[in-house]
Amino acid sequence: MTGKPYRLPESAGAGRLTDRAKPVSFTFDGKKMTGFAGDSLASAVMANGQRLLGRSFKYHRPRGLVGLGSEEPNALVGVGEGARHEPNLRATQVELYDGMVAVSQNRWPSLGFDVGAFNNRLSRLFPSGFYYKTFMWPRSFWKTIYEPTIRHAAGLGKAPTGRDPDTYEQLHVHCEVLVIGGGVTGLAAAEAAASTGARVIIADENPRFGGLADIAGGKIDGRPQTDWAALRVQQLAKADNVHVLARTTVAGHFHHNYLLLFERLADHDPQLIADGVPRHRLWKVRANQVVVAAGAIERPIAFANNDRPGVLLASAARGLVERYGVAPGLMGVLFTNNDDAYRTALRLKEAGVGIACIVDVRQQVDGALAEAARAAGFEVMSGHAIAGIETDIGGKAISAVKVAPYSSGQGRVINEEKIECDFVAMSGGWNPAVHLWCHNGGKLKFDDSLQTFVPARHSDAISIAGAANGRMSVGECIAEGYAAGEAAAKAVMSKAKAVRMKPPSTEQEAEKRLEPIWFAPATGKYNEGNKHFIDFQNDVTAADLELAQREGYESVEHTKRYTTLGMATDQGKTSNVNGLGVVSQATGRVIPEIGTTTFRPPYTPISMGSIAGTSVGKLFLPVRKTPVFSWHEAEQANFEPVGEWRRPYCYPKMNEDRQAAVNREIMVVREGVGLLDASTLGKIEIKGPDAAALLDRVYTNTFSTLKIGKGRYGLMMNEMGFLMDDGVTVRLADDHFLMHTTSGGADRIAAWLEEWLQTEWMELRVFVTPVTEQWAQFAVAGPKAREVLQALGGDIDFSADGLSFMSMAEGRVGGYPVRVFRISFSGELSYEIAAPANFGRGLWDSLLKAGEPFGIKAYGTEALHVLRAEKGFIVIGDETDGTVTPLDVGLDWAVSKKKTDYIGKRSLEQSYLKAPNRKQLVGLYTEDPNEVLPDGAYAVEKVTDKPPMKMIGQVTSTYWSPTLKRSIAMALIEDGRNRMGEMLLFPLAGKVVKAQIVDPVFYDKQGARQNV
Amino acid sequence: MLLIRCPVCGVKGEEGDFHAGGQAHVRRPATSDPVNITDEQHRDYLFLRHNPKGLHFERWRCDRGCGKWFHAARDTVTLDFKAYYKIDELPPVELMRQATGYWAEHFAPHLKATKAKKPVAKRNARVRS
Ligand SMILES: [Zn+2]
Repeated sequence: MTGKPYRLPESAGAGRLTDRAKPVSFTFDGKKMTGFAGDSLASAVMANGQRLLGRSFKYHRPRGLVGLGSEEPNALVGVGEGARHEPNLRATQVELYDGMVAVSQNRWPSLGFDVGAFNNRLSRLFPSGFYYKTFMWPRSFWKTIYEPTIRHAAGLGKAPTGRDPDTYEQLHVHCEVLVIGGGVTGLAAAEAAASTGARVIIADENPRFGGLADIAGGKIDGRPQTDWAALRVQQLAKADNVHVLARTTVAGHFHHNYLLLFERLADHDPQLIADGVPRHRLWKVRANQVVVAAGAIERPIAFANNDRPGVLLASAARGLVERYGVAPGLMGVLFTNNDDAYRTALRLKEAGVGIACIVDVRQQVDGALAEAARAAGFEVMSGHAIAGIETDIGGKAISAVKVAPYSSGQGRVINEEKIECDFVAMSGGWNPAVHLWCHNGGKLKFDDSLQTFVPARHSDAISIAGAANGRMSVGECIAEGYAAGEAAAKAVMSKAKAVRMKPPSTEQEAEKRLEPIWFAPATGKYNEGNKHFIDFQNDVTAADLELAQREGYESVEHTKRYTTLGMATDQGKTSNVNGLGVVSQATGRVIPEIGTTTFRPPYTPISMGSIAGTSVGKLFLPVRKTPVFSWHEAEQANFEPVGEWRRPYCYPKMNEDRQAAVNREIMVVREGVGLLDASTLGKIEIKGPDAAALLDRVYTNTFSTLKIGKGRYGLMMNEMGFLMDDGVTVRLADDHFLMHTTSGGADRIAAWLEEWLQTEWMELRVFVTPVTEQWAQFAVAGPKAREVLQALGGDIDFSADGLSFMSMAEGRVGGYPVRVFRISFSGELSYEIAAPANFGRGLWDSLLKAGEPFGIKAYGTEALHVLRAEKGFIVIGDETDGTVTPLDVGLDWAVSKKKTDYIGKRSLEQSYLKAPNRKQLVGLYTEDPNEVLPDGAYAVEKVTDKPPMKMIGQVTSTYWSPTLKRSIAMALIEDGRNRMGEMLLFPLAGKVVKAQIVDPVFYDKQGARQNV
Repeated sequence: MLLIRCPVCGVKGEEGDFHAGGQAHVRRPATSDPVNITDEQHRDYLFLRHNPKGLHFERWRCDRGCGKWFHAARDTVTLDFKAYYKIDELPPVELMRQATGYWAEHFAPHLKATKAKKPVAKRNARVRS
């Protein structure tokens, strides 16, 4: 295979963007190839004589280039290696650089020989909705045969291997006018808007501006369109109030003119990456006004086997020649229903590329361009259509097309004629690129002359101009661009003087009306060996759409989902209107009656890296650290995340595993004294004349009766009557309380109290101040806790009477100003000592030093949890899950019967919350004391060979208890309190564990140990 | 991503800087009479919310700003904010008049009070509804 004939000689005036003096080498599927600077990956591969660029998604049919830019459905490639591999890029948009490593996708084991292509032979197994139909039975086949096979053979690109080494960034920007698209319309709009002094952003997805100015024909001010565009770009780039963004896709338009712009800063040049330039940048733009000037996309024609490599859009053929100097083939056939496509024939002839004939479905062809083509010697076969394609055995190269007389509405092929060729340039007309117009609710209407949807109305501050608005001549585009830009700026810049833009003079060949063709009849039996592709990327054919209609999926949204039309990564850019045309013919309804499906962001896929931006690694989520975090680190604690906090799970010593460390820490607390960093505990100060009244309304129990210096355990419900938080609240003064919440609930509960005060009980005079970070707080727990504190010295009386259970004292300990609370979550004699955060580390060190003679050791959160479970204390989020009431967990004693109103009270009166068969908290002893049940294990009424089994409850907490030297668990079991002693069955993988219902307080039922 | 303005501190910010608090003007029965709450009243308070197409009244909190709750009138079709007003206020009279369906019924007594030249209490916690 030699590339020579496909790269056109420079003398042909082709290859405007390539620099023949700068050869570039690269590999495609491991094959060494060369191109030139300025090539796209697609053009360079084509220049090397390779037509086959990928395999299709469902049938694995060989596929080649279809489009010129972002509309490309077939040529999806992966670029880069290892961690830098990026899949699913459109080869038409990939700018070639020296040393590029690119691979095709969706083929296995190789592009030329593909195992999955046998799907094509079995295509009757893959009709519309094939997932629902084919793979339903036998059921066991799904896991063993269907899924693995499909997963292996289907799917698009491969994910990169390894962590992304590149950087990404995000920008938040405001502007008065954002112009989407840098063709002549967008440039005119930006120029007009910028002239008022407005801040303007103009973004285009391509590396250079001008849109299709280079292939649209016609002149501006007597010179090529590209000259006019180049001058505009130059001037805009110089203006201080304009951002000119190339390689930047406006990916989505959202509420209140919020837009996401995806800029590819360094994809085209690895040196930039090496220099530290971010690979991609995501612009988050809030624009006062938006002008959509996104241009138009040519549509294919649905003829038999129109997906063969070598069949491409007429604009793509023209662009390949004009921009890259690459011939789409050696001899082509042009298949059209409109005048614009004749420009392709004329341009290709100029460059020396052969066109055997022009096949035009219209009976009468007499436009200026057609006349020019005839004058240039082209044979124009009017009233004809392509009825079939002949290829080599594998369908990878075209050898001829079959052309037959055609008239609209006729379904039979007669008198077909064979024309030898190796490529087909097709054009079914142009669709305005209305995607961004539609993202946030823009409405469309059907345009009869263009046979497509054009913008109708929008409720946002957004306008649309040029080809995107159905204006297909350069004169109209520029005039409309100027008007849209001026109107947008004026709407914002009320005082600015607008410089009235004078549209330049333009000349362009007039075009006659196109004739819609939604389906070209095929040679042979209907749909026998013929596929009329509508959606190339998702392999949806005209027959699939017709089948969906016959099966009743008549709504266009249903058709879309059933057939997957337009649901691929190209979002149906080339398939949408053709699909509607087929549905229209199949149902006899006109297209406007069928309507369109919804276009959704992104316009083209954006990278995950750009979405993450700089929020990666340590910046992903800030870690909250307590004042003694550095000590935990130095002790090589095992950390666990608790919300945004990192808390020590345990402190393993040398050669100790986690379980051993936890067991040791528990026994230290039970037998000596332990030290816990409890600083994460939520702390909220509640102050004001109505502080007690507020607490009475948010807690289930009463706080107005609490004496100063005393604490009380409180339960909080939501209005549904379900537990949401708990903790000890202490009265510091008549009008001043300190509320403790769970570590995870601190922010939520503070916001919850604020909400009630601001929105419901506005008359309450209370301030709520979260102070969690202001205090370091440590639990000193164990039989020797008192001795440690007494050894530390200070002005607080730690004797049993001096500081009784559930009391607090303020004073100094070891020289530090502290609040001491005698509360216990372990069941042992226990004090929680709080000091201002900046004294935290000092106090911690002093406690360890004073405790040394008593064998004090730090303990972590897991020991804390086991200690509390041994005592049957609940943890919000373990024993509760948002559907559990205080009654369910046996905390009736903490629910006031006297108070008339508190949050959740009315709900507790509902019969379903009082029902006797609700799940209730119980303890569990496994029959085998060494068997620790898994967390969340289900108890069932009866064990059967296979599910379903009636479940009667689940394990909420489960541990090995070193204190009791056996396993313990807590569980919520239906009617559990009435089933004491009953043996429950827990079916697990490969075994059934038996456990007996017991009292959930496993240790020191009288609470004697904390009362010493 | 909506743009929102806080009527308390005046800051204009992104939707993410605010917290959506659901339907506005929901009355908590227990606050006025905790003893006689029927099951129906309780159900409506807990669960019954309206989702009109068009003009709607909502609660928002100025999360990253002043932290205050406030009210907003918003068109659920165009997503335009029609008014922002304080948490203890009723919507502007012209919006109460434009309201339809549930909201028209809800505001009718207040509009009657306005017609009768009784001033609609601007800042009175107890009249709020
Ligand atoms: Zn505010």
